[in-house]
Amino acid sequence: MDIDVKNVAMLARIRLTDAEATELGPQLERIVGYVEQLAAVNTEGVTATAHPHDMAMPLRADVVSNTNQRDALQTAAPKTESGLYVVPKVIE
Amino acid sequence: MAYRSLTELADQLERGETTAVELAQQYLARIEAHNPTLNAFVHCDAEHVLAQAEASDAYRAKHGARAMEGLPIAVKDIFCTSDGPTQCCSNILKGYHAPYDAHVITRLKEAGAVLVGKTNMDEFAMGSSNETSAFGSCRNPWHTDCIPGGSSGGSAAAVAAALTPAALGTDTGGSIRQPASLCGITGLKPTYGRVSRRGIIAFASSLDQAGAMTRTVRDAALLTGTISGHDPADATSAADAPDVDWLAACETRDMQGLRIGRPKEYFIDGMDPGVRAAVDAALEQCKALGAEIVDISLPHTQYAVAAYYVIAPSEASANLSRYDGVRFGHRCEHPEDLLDMYTRSRDEGFGAEVKRRILTGAFALSSGYYDAYYLKAQQVRTLIRQDFQQAFEQVDVIATPTSPVPAFRIGEKTDDPLTMYLSDVFTIAVNLAGLPGLSQPCGMVDGLPAGLQWIAPAWQEGRLLAAAAAYEAATPWHQQTPADFTAGEQA
Repeated sequence: MDIDVKNVAMLARIRLTDAEATELGPQLERIVGYVEQLAAVNTEGVTATAHPHDMAMPLRADVVSNTNQRDALQTAAPKTESGLYVVPKVIE
Repeated sequence: MAYRSLTELADQLERGETTAVELAQQYLARIEAHNPTLNAFVHCDAEHVLAQAEASDAYRAKHGARAMEGLPIAVKDIFCTSDGPTQCCSNILKGYHAPYDAHVITRLKEAGAVLVGKTNMDEFAMGSSNETSAFGSCRNPWHTDCIPGGSSGGSAAAVAAALTPAALGTDTGGSIRQPASLCGITGLKPTYGRVSRRGIIAFASSLDQAGAMTRTVRDAALLTGTISGHDPADATSAADAPDVDWLAACETRDMQGLRIGRPKEYFIDGMDPGVRAAVDAALEQCKALGAEIVDISLPHTQYAVAAYYVIAPSEASANLSRYDGVRFGHRCEHPEDLLDMYTRSRDEGFGAEVKRRILTGAFALSSGYYDAYYLKAQQVRTLIRQDFQQAFEQVDVIATPTSPVPAFRIGEKTDDPLTMYLSDVFTIAVNLAGLPGLSQPCGMVDGLPAGLQWIAPAWQEGRLLAAAAAYEAATPWHQQTPADFTAGEQA
């Protein structure tokens, strides 16, 4: 299969250098080629497994359980100002 | 003393023959002496370790001992800890300090354990050799030109060389069991949902599970019992998991009436003849202990690796979208705009293997391919689960090799990612089915350990421990230690 690796990388928000694309492209094609053997399995009428134990998602009471930890959580941020995360300008 | 089990160390502490501080000093000295060779630890703060040990001795004097009082435990760099860095051995998390403890870390602290540091791993747990770590390869104590296995390679090497008596790892496709096998120690991956995943940096959320890496089966039971149990803050942590009598299960000394399944798909051409001979001999030993060996088939085994390498990368590509340079982690210099910041930060921060997996997942989930790859893989996952369910109608436990080969050389399999992926061929199906699995040493092949894997039905860790404890008591393999790291060791 021919895969446009730079396009896939853009979907994943990774900018590949040309050298990386040259190396990763054929590797990705080989991995996808390997997993294509799944097509040989008859899965007609088989339900998909998303969780190994068919557990129901539990619900909790709709109450506040966290205190405000903004300052602690933002200490790991690359750039903040007045309690906000600073990013490059989004709207011109 | 360093090569003693948690159980022996706990007895010595209880009898007052040593203290938590003495133990901490001893292991810290071994880390200082041997870590430069092994690169098993990526973070160790001696002062902080000693402070915890002092606090433990004080607690014991005042209140008596808790379940793991004063026992040193190392943890993989994937567990969030409020003390010290948590970097997942990735450049994108270099210097990251987590704001809270993972649930299992809280459990260990509440049980009185002394956390000795963070161990090396494949970046984001993506690898089978520890070679994808941003902090460099960890080395196998049995042969330092060889890999320790992965992704929990640092934990395995640290326990094997007695830099710590026990460690925690995580297992998404074999990352506890395979390095345990390659380093000659015991590793237990619990049933999915047994242990809370809160505060464990996510790789593939429907597969990840934390577990114990130890010198003995009983130690694995002690440590797993300590970290397991319901956590309301993790929606996938089971609220109604059947209990296991962890330590009592380890008292088993025979296998009378035990039906052990031997799946033909796990004894294949191409596996190392030495590993095969070791596992065959182990099964003979089980027969001598009273077990019945039953030939079984798990017919969809050959599709497990393919299903895994769709499901795990797909979940990873979603989980790792959080590393965007905004809230934490690496941000590139001078971004031109928002898109440039995202794409360049991620290109600079992630290593090649992590990128391969994210791209594989992004491809499998992309428009037009979802049904052919992701949905298909989830259906095959159902068939793999059903294989096990049918097998467990005939047998109590299943025994297989953990890895088809012993530890390979550093660099031997890095050229071809697919060859590396196939080294997990015997461990992956257990994660897809959410089952508990245990690896224990069962022989040596040219100076390198071989491992025996036990698989049980969901929630039946007690069966794994009973079988493994009986086998361990009848064989010498768990007592072997790598010669180069015994120097200076006093009995």
